[in-house]
Amino acid sequence: MTATAELQRWIRFTPAQRIARFAVFFAMAAAIAWALKTIQIIPEFLYDAPEQVVDMGKRMWPMDWSHFWPAVWPALVETMHIAAMATILGLIMGIPVGFLAARNATPFPWINAIARFILVATRSISTLIWALFFVAMFGPGALAGALAIAFHSIGFIGKMFSEGVEEANKGSIEALQAAGATRMQQIIMGYWPMVLPTFWSVALFRWDINVRESAVLGLVGAGGIGMVLNSAIDLIQWDRVSLVLFTIFIVVILIEAMVTQIRKRVI
Amino acid sequence: MTSTTVTRATFFAPTLGKRLATIALLVYVVYAAATLGLSLDRVEKGIGYGARFLAGFFPPNFTETDILPGLLESLQIAFLSSLFGTALAIPIAVLAARNLMPAWVTWIARLVIIFCRSFHPVIIAIIAVKAVGFGALAGIIALTFASVGFVGKLLSEAIEEISLKQIEAVRATGASFMGVIAFGVIPQVMNRFIGFVAYETDSNLRNSTMVGVVGAGGIGGTLFSAFQRFDYSFVAGIIICIIGLVMIGEVLQIYVKRVFR
Repeated sequence: MTATAELQRWIRFTPAQRIARFAVFFAMAAAIAWALKTIQIIPEFLYDAPEQVVDMGKRMWPMDWSHFWPAVWPALVETMHIAAMATILGLIMGIPVGFLAARNATPFPWINAIARFILVATRSISTLIWALFFVAMFGPGALAGALAIAFHSIGFIGKMFSEGVEEANKGSIEALQAAGATRMQQIIMGYWPMVLPTFWSVALFRWDINVRESAVLGLVGAGGIGMVLNSAIDLIQWDRVSLVLFTIFIVVILIEAMVTQIRKRVI
Repeated sequence: MTSTTVTRATFFAPTLGKRLATIALLVYVVYAAATLGLSLDRVEKGIGYGARFLAGFFPPNFTETDILPGLLESLQIAFLSSLFGTALAIPIAVLAARNLMPAWVTWIARLVIIFCRSFHPVIIAIIAVKAVGFGALAGIIALTFASVGFVGKLLSEAIEEISLKQIEAVRATGASFMGVIAFGVIPQVMNRFIGFVAYETDSNLRNSTMVGVVGAGGIGGTLFSAFQRFDYSFVAGIIICIIGLVMIGEVLQIYVKRVFR
């Protein structure tokens, strides 16, 4: 009687699953408790924060529109060029690495491992740090910015690509192999048409991200609208800061709307 | 017997449209490269500098005691901003879901999400540094904004995709609005939600190593100052540590997602 009652008790997860879930929640709680306990916050700064924010808000309004055509617009155009070039360069560099990282297209585990390391490494070095490198190499300017974003994009593009390639249909590849296609031919005739939708969605998505990223490059001297933002902040011209922020906001919204529309129609 | 060549249209043969698009792309690339000031001479010089630069990286220097506190502060920033960001994102996502809320409410919530998403964390960090001063708090504020945007968007989309039948069933029992959320909505989006949070924490970890460049705490500040005093072996050490940290974060993220699948 008790045995059947025991059997009928419905438990959603196996004990191992429950332990794993508990471990995750426990680790999260522990991490947050540790962070809250040890974080260093200077309370003196915190007291007048509301005043500071209100003061900043007041100085930001009204925006200095006379600054738009002489300074903000050219910088915005430069930002768009940086984002577009960085996306193209990132695709050129990221796609081969993506193919090398995909286990089915490149059946050599050690090459996969190296390619995967390249993907993680390029992604974990943030755009600003890449920009510092390239500013040191090529001098301040938009070129350094475009290269910085392109190198940072390799990781994302390559990762999405290798996932797309790994999901590719095996049948058509086997058909090509049976016909005696070389590895390069298999990639061009077999994998490439299958990952073409991935290509377009990754290219659009990354371009969208890159526009946002290129807005901050100016902080380290790598060109774009961030330069205008940075100089306005350094000169405490808050009405120009708000103008630049507003411009970035509008551009980002427009681009996102555009990408969504293209995606709906094409992909 | 004469040999006849058969031409067939294939998938791979470029059509007129494709050719035009390729040409347009090439023209644009040349034009943009010219505006960016890309020239062979510059690339050649730059590669020379780059080689010197890379030589300066070796051997990487890990010995300085600045790395560990910086990394730990980055971790704290990442954890706390994920916590606050997620806590704020949940109500905003519920308000932004078009299947639960009247249209005007969703528009306000959507505007908040778009606002949080459109600025790069570093830009918000600059403003936050001005508002609350240098230090980890500015970083937490900046990344909290980013998290609200990211989790809010994905979670509201997830809520919009849920099955309304279960909501109706819960409503039919006379449940209050909070009851509907707790027993109708949350169980349906829980697994995806945890996936978003794991991804967000990972991304915050990555960004928390960067906000220090503008003085918002974490390892980024150490890295930036090492850069400015041309201490490249220390730069290399810090970057290797960051890559290590991010890799650990990525592995943990995959593990957490697997547990909650």
